[in-house]
Amino acid sequence: MRKIPAPAVSPENKAYFDAASEGKLLIKKCMACGEYHHYPRTFCPHCFSERTEWRDAKGTGTVYTCSVLRRGVPEPYCIAYVTLEEGVSMMTNIVDCDLDTVKIGMKVQVVFKPSDGGPPVPMFTPAAAR
Amino acid sequence: MTIKGKAYLVGAYEHPARKAENKTVAQLHAEVAKGALEDAGLSRGDVDGYFCAGDAPGLGPLAMTDYLGLKLRHMDSTDTGGSSYLIHVAHAAQAIALGKCNVALVTLAGRPRSEGSSGTQPRSWGAAVPDGPFEAPYGLVVANSYAMVAMRHMHEYGTTGEQLAWVKVAASHHAQHNPHAMLRDVVTVKEVLDSPMVADPLHRMDCCVVSDGGGAVIVARPEVARSLKRPKVRLIGAGESPKGQAGGKLTLTTSGAAWSGPAAFAEAGVKPGDIQYASIYDSFTITVVVQIEDLGFCNKGEGGKFVADGNLISGSGRLPFNTDGGGLCNNHPANRGGMTKVIEAVRQLRGESHPAVQVKNCGLALAQGTGGQLGTRHGSATLIMERE
Repeated sequence: MRKIPAPAVSPENKAYFDAASEGKLLIKKCMACGEYHHYPRTFCPHCFSERTEWRDAKGTGTVYTCSVLRRGVPEPYCIAYVTLEEGVSMMTNIVDCDLDTVKIGMKVQVVFKPSDGGPPVPMFTPAAAR
Repeated sequence: MTIKGKAYLVGAYEHPARKAENKTVAQLHAEVAKGALEDAGLSRGDVDGYFCAGDAPGLGPLAMTDYLGLKLRHMDSTDTGGSSYLIHVAHAAQAIALGKCNVALVTLAGRPRSEGSSGTQPRSWGAAVPDGPFEAPYGLVVANSYAMVAMRHMHEYGTTGEQLAWVKVAASHHAQHNPHAMLRDVVTVKEVLDSPMVADPLHRMDCCVVSDGGGAVIVARPEVARSLKRPKVRLIGAGESPKGQAGGKLTLTTSGAAWSGPAAFAEAGVKPGDIQYASIYDSFTITVVVQIEDLGFCNKGEGGKFVADGNLISGSGRLPFNTDGGGLCNNHPANRGGMTKVIEAVRQLRGESHPAVQVKNCGLALAQGTGGQLGTRHGSATLIMERE
């Protein structure tokens, strides 16, 4: 099994990883411009307002792009950007499926996988597989 | 204010080593500095400006300045990865135009090959990097970062593996004439596609080499350039641009060259069609395709068609590129290929490239760099140079 490096938890992202521990995917929304963003930060990257708040993401999305790394690693894994229902894309892994079947445009839903000594991290699996 | 015509590339030197197990990084920096000064016909005491990036050991420019024994009135350690050195040339020209220095030395060196570096290893920029916790857990490495760009480009525009392979094929045609190149065998599209898959859809031969070595250039004010015996290469346009993930609103198939390129062309007062030779950063084959589109050599999405059928091969193609063999075949010192892009453009404008790949009467050249990762955050830099 591939060891998933633990994310560095900080005051700015702690809520995100605390929620991940409870199986919830959070997303930041800006109260000033109304836009979502990822990765989450205090300042909205779209309008620079500090009025950003955590929201529960629906946890579903589509694969924006993907790639299976096959060399130099103990076992292949699929990195991807998934565009969430909320409209922004996040880097992730596509897991629990035949990696050769992962395609751009595929509908996926969030699952949480344990990291090596840190909080679990959100990954995605084909929606049809659940 | 413009840098057009305010500074000249008077010295250029590429380290011949591709493996330097028994040398230090500082020593390699000094060797390329000495080489570039000798090429220009200048001495260390003439240097009053120094530029280096994160490959230089120590705090910014301080350790290398001291090691080299430089006496400076201007320094700059802007770091945008592999594109840093193109930015350094532009910043040196700005400093010269403002009278802040007369002779600027830019150095790059490293030994990632001796140190066992690979494009399938994660790179860390420290725990404080805000994006790290949202990328490191997913096994982001250089190869799969660029592979995601290639995959999306194929999806949006129908770009094929065969088209990407042509970039490597063209580079290999050039590298056969470079005795220092790591990979000198001419390869075919089929050989690229038959090479092992590293990160879908990029094969091993879609990836640049890992090499030790380095390079340096000297940028000087016109009066200095005129006092020297070398052919005159004048900087006439430059642009730089960072590009990131835009808060998750991704446009992964566009690079910062979409901004740095037009800025450089506007300053130079020339068009893409005027360029006779182009050094295009080739960390991966897809890197070249994306930048060629964003620089305006073809329409967005048509880069695959543009590079196919040998169109980048000197002597037969429409846009001769990377006539030293580039990162794909020649070298990629310190995992940063921007310096060698500048050096080969200078060689072309001087008429000093290998005769088999020299562009006839090469009077106008472009160098394009991308540093960091096209799949996450990168810095683009464009230089346009002419032969006086």
